[in-house]
Amino acid sequence: MAALSPAENTAATVTATTIDLATSSVRELNAELHAPSAPHYEVLNPRGAHALAAGLHHPVTVDIRGHAGYYCAGMNDGATVTVHGNASTGVAENMMSGSVRVRGDASQSAGATGHGGLLVIEGSASMRCGISMKGIDIVVGGDIGPMSAFMAQAGRLVVCGDAGDGLGDSIYEARVYVRGKVGALGADCVEKPLREEHRAELAELLTAAGLGQGGSVDLGGFRRFGSARQLYHFTAHNSASY
Amino acid sequence: MTDPVLRESATFDRATIAGIQRAARTGVYDIRGWGAKRRLPHFDDLLFLGASMSRYPLEGYRERCDTDVVLGDRNARYPLHLDIPVTIAGMSFGALSAQAKEALGRGASEVGTSTTTGDGGMTPEERGQSKHLVYQYLPSRYGMNPTDLRKADAIEIVLGQGAKPGGGGMLLGQKISDRVAGMRTLPAGIDQRSACRHPDWTGPDDLAIKIVELREITDWEKPIYVKVGASRTYYDVKLAVAAGADVVVVDGMQGGTAATQEVFIEHVGIPTLAAIPQAVQALAELGLHRKVQLIVSGGIRTGADVAKAMALGADAVAIGTAALIALGDNHPRYAADYEAIGSAAGFYDDFQDGRDPAGITTQDPELAARLDPVEGGRRIANYLRVLTMEAQTLARACGKAHLRHLEPEDLVALTIEAAAMARVPMAGTNWIPGSGL
Repeated sequence: MAALSPAENTAATVTATTIDLATSSVRELNAELHAPSAPHYEVLNPRGAHALAAGLHHPVTVDIRGHAGYYCAGMNDGATVTVHGNASTGVAENMMSGSVRVRGDASQSAGATGHGGLLVIEGSASMRCGISMKGIDIVVGGDIGPMSAFMAQAGRLVVCGDAGDGLGDSIYEARVYVRGKVGALGADCVEKPLREEHRAELAELLTAAGLGQGGSVDLGGFRRFGSARQLYHFTAHNSASY
Repeated sequence: MTDPVLRESATFDRATIAGIQRAARTGVYDIRGWGAKRRLPHFDDLLFLGASMSRYPLEGYRERCDTDVVLGDRNARYPLHLDIPVTIAGMSFGALSAQAKEALGRGASEVGTSTTTGDGGMTPEERGQSKHLVYQYLPSRYGMNPTDLRKADAIEIVLGQGAKPGGGGMLLGQKISDRVAGMRTLPAGIDQRSACRHPDWTGPDDLAIKIVELREITDWEKPIYVKVGASRTYYDVKLAVAAGADVVVVDGMQGGTAATQEVFIEHVGIPTLAAIPQAVQALAELGLHRKVQLIVSGGIRTGADVAKAMALGADAVAIGTAALIALGDNHPRYAADYEAIGSAAGFYDDFQDGRDPAGITTQDPELAARLDPVEGGRRIANYLRVLTMEAQTLARACGKAHLRHLEPEDLVALTIEAAAMARVPMAGTNWIPGSGL
């Protein structure tokens, strides 16, 4: 990790309660965050530990200064969590509300099954990003890997870079926006027109994610993908699609 | 009525012929509920030896035979303390009506045992009426949320079920009502296809991390079960325990389903009888038999089945199909209604199509209203009491003051297949096929 710049030095760090995982356990961290005695926390020396800030259900802010392991901010419900590093598998899995930001890259299954809230990955995300998402919004500054938005049920996935093969396989009602190249689409996923209401929600999501440039959001190159709804009912004639 | 000269083919019997004709007519495979209907080696193929000169029996109705069980005391702050070792297996709201789920909760609570959610989330009806509620964590994660997770008394990570090891959930459009669709975040009326693999972990090493996450989210309060469909049970149980399971649930191929392809139900998995000794061996080799508890399901119908499963090493059992029958499924009072939809009382297995005359496996408000949750709960409680008393009767006959004191030595087998699978001797011999003795 590069040294923090003043701009990144959020307000949270000014008054934050510090928990150093060099001397405290993940259990102690999460126990404190589940019954918080302060509004802002800073976590030092995360060292890729798993389940950091998992199960938060109070509107606290948590800044994790380093890389996070699996399931960071899992099932988040209302907290604001920032990983100042990379995040491993399942960051913000099954998030209900609140926001999670990864300053670096994210591994597999980022935002998996999330029901709500906003997940921002400023770098790239690996395969299965947004798998089975159920209402979460995910904005990725870079690329996403293959089989992303698999069986995505609801919510929005915005990708500023490229998307790998199998995008949106067996997708339900989630909407996917990609600015870069898109590999082979998954079964029942099709490109759809980018209408004005979609441009509006795209601008809103990019702005919320802080990925607009200089206050203006460039929507150039974005395409929209969603379900053809041809696999919503079992028929023998779809056998080649499964 | 059949001319004795006419000879039915054993290979192409009437059911097989009808299946081919149905496939040719419709162009789709058969999807149905229930579990395996083929004849399988089962608990009926085992007998208890009972006590006489070499063993002392306990007096029926006078000497105690206890039935309580503690589940999940390895890591959880609050393990489950159940009064009886017969639990209600996972069945979803969606597959079942809200009234049926409530009835199961009422019945289970009345006799001090647990019930289980399913692939569709937790309803207020079942939470409200269930003293001990196990919350299933499935690949689909339909309705999964941390608030309900914290309300649960235990968490069951489902890798598979006996009716379809390796298959995901299925719920056809007829049952995706607005409420079911809302809980699952799906469009109403679609044929729901659930994933068969979890979306954010693969393999036992990942599962270990997932289990820690669930413990962290719930502050290490709740037992974590891992449920597998019986197939490579010895290895699956070892891996589940290595991943950190507090309780392992093994569901044999007779276990029920709300909707699965017939070919899957009848041709994948192993019988419950074959799975139990594999699971017990795995636990014993790890030094964790009776420390990581084993719950067995799949074809439990009577107190004899309960006692035999426990004698083979289970700590508890779970019932699903039998509980639905206790609620009124396949009852002859609905004979005319079954006939009207092309079935018959005693044969009905179309749980997938939502027209259940007994109002159990349906989301149709009029049909669902046929089941009174209070009366249904009473029937479930009655049935659970009978299962328990039957099991106690057999345990006392074997001289056991607690159901868990039953042991394989109390059993013999009637068939070579059952002897080999259950690893108990053929009756009247010392021969356990496959043991090398």
